[in-house]
Amino acid sequence: MPDSLNPPTAAAASTMGQPVRFRGGGFTVKRHPWAALAAFAVLIAVWEGASRLGLASPLFLPPPSAVAHALSGMVTDGSLWMNLKASLGRIAVGWVLGTAGGMLVGFAMGIFSTARAVGVPLVSAFFPIPKIALLPLFILWFGIGEPSKFATIGFGVFFPTVIATYSAIDSVPRNLIRMAQSFGLPWRSILRSIVLPGALPGILAGFRITASIALILVVAAEMIGAEYGIGAFVLMAGNLMQTDTLLAGVLVLSLLGLAIGTVLSQLERRLLNWR
Amino acid sequence: MRLLVSDLTHRYDDLTVLDGIDLTLAEGEILAVIGPSGCGKSTLLGIAGGIVAPTSGSIRVEGEVPDGCLNPITFIFQDFALLPWRTVEDNVALVLEHHKLSAAERRERIDSGLRRIGLWEFRKALPKQLSGGMRQRVGIARALAVRPAMLLLDEPLSALDAQTRELLMDDFLELWRREKTTALYVTHNLDEALRLADRVCVLSRRPGRIRELVTIEEPRERRQEPSAQAHLAEVRDRLWHLMKAEAQMADREIARA
Repeated sequence: MPDSLNPPTAAAASTMGQPVRFRGGGFTVKRHPWAALAAFAVLIAVWEGASRLGLASPLFLPPPSAVAHALSGMVTDGSLWMNLKASLGRIAVGWVLGTAGGMLVGFAMGIFSTARAVGVPLVSAFFPIPKIALLPLFILWFGIGEPSKFATIGFGVFFPTVIATYSAIDSVPRNLIRMAQSFGLPWRSILRSIVLPGALPGILAGFRITASIALILVVAAEMIGAEYGIGAFVLMAGNLMQTDTLLAGVLVLSLLGLAIGTVLSQLERRLLNWR
Repeated sequence: MRLLVSDLTHRYDDLTVLDGIDLTLAEGEILAVIGPSGCGKSTLLGIAGGIVAPTSGSIRVEGEVPDGCLNPITFIFQDFALLPWRTVEDNVALVLEHHKLSAAERRERIDSGLRRIGLWEFRKALPKQLSGGMRQRVGIARALAVRPAMLLLDEPLSALDAQTRELLMDDFLELWRREKTTALYVTHNLDEALRLADRVCVLSRRPGRIRELVTIEEPRERRQEPSAQAHLAEVRDRLWHLMKAEAQMADREIARA
């Protein structure tokens, strides 16, 4: 065994000095700003190379260059914007409806114990239903057009919003509410000045979840029955074996998700600068 | 304003925390309440401030409310209870929001409180940018803005380090030198009680009963002087003797529970 691993004996310690060895400072995270970019570059290069060398069939896995070409074609012939517009419109309407309803119900459940007693079992029962399974029912109710898609997205967004809102209200520090009561603030002021801003972080965290749910549901709904929309576009490309166009559509969806996430991050940074 | 507590008892379910408390707080008096953890000190304060409903007994206030008083009984909290999303001045403004005041008076109440406690330059800062001592000063400015007739202080310095505690004790002394606001000061720190209080109420371990009421004869403004030290040491010994036994027994009861 090497000497350095043996603790010096008491006699030795008093006579010979020993430098203190650095033993680590906890697992610290180092920043590697170029690593992510390099990983993307390597992935795309390998993919492109495999395709060029004939290791992957261009029909089943078209190279990135073909996907980029298809994407630029979508931009020039206007199909990107047309399909994106249709999807964005559905997300916007469905998400706003579901969020407005969900926040209203969530606030009621957060504040009134009767509303909570009624609401919690109902929400627990409806929340786990994969909402896309209800689309056929919504088509029967509202027709094959837009309203059935709004309803699916809205319904999917509604329940997570309810849960996020009332949990957020639960997490508002009770000492702040007691403080306000001790200064005689009326109920409405407490709601506006303490409960609402205190619940905002939780509600915004809920937005992140519901935005991704809305994106999933819009694609699924468009694949079931729509003329335009990124989901319909991807499905159509698949039916025609246009895999480069299909992947271009998927790329658009990925960028859309990224863009929504960025907007939400900005919103959080702006509204929650006090944290 | 005077506070009259008579035969006050409080239970949380089966747990009796306060048992038959009789206490009178004279106009302008500062009464420190000390006692071991869990003896019901904070509950007593909560009941006095109307944010805890007592199980039985009565608690009343008597006397004149000063001009411009918007909230006669006002708390200063251990954890400061500031809204983290509001600036210093908006935290003070919060407690004036529901009162009908002219814009000028509102401004004056906010500004004079902040200036008095040395927070004027920090009025636009958020709580996260302030030290603990500064945060408690915001709590003091907020209390001053409503011109209280009685202050209820719930271990106001317990979350602060020793130096900051000294500084804030000076702030309190200055406050009470200018305004004779009646105060109930809950603490577990003997030094705070000896520096600030006129009388000290020692509560027993749970269920909290009054063990003893000790008057500190030396006037507050002279307690730093050498001549006062003999008397203070004597009071301190007496309080510590009372507290020590209770605290030891409370400790053993916690270990057994």
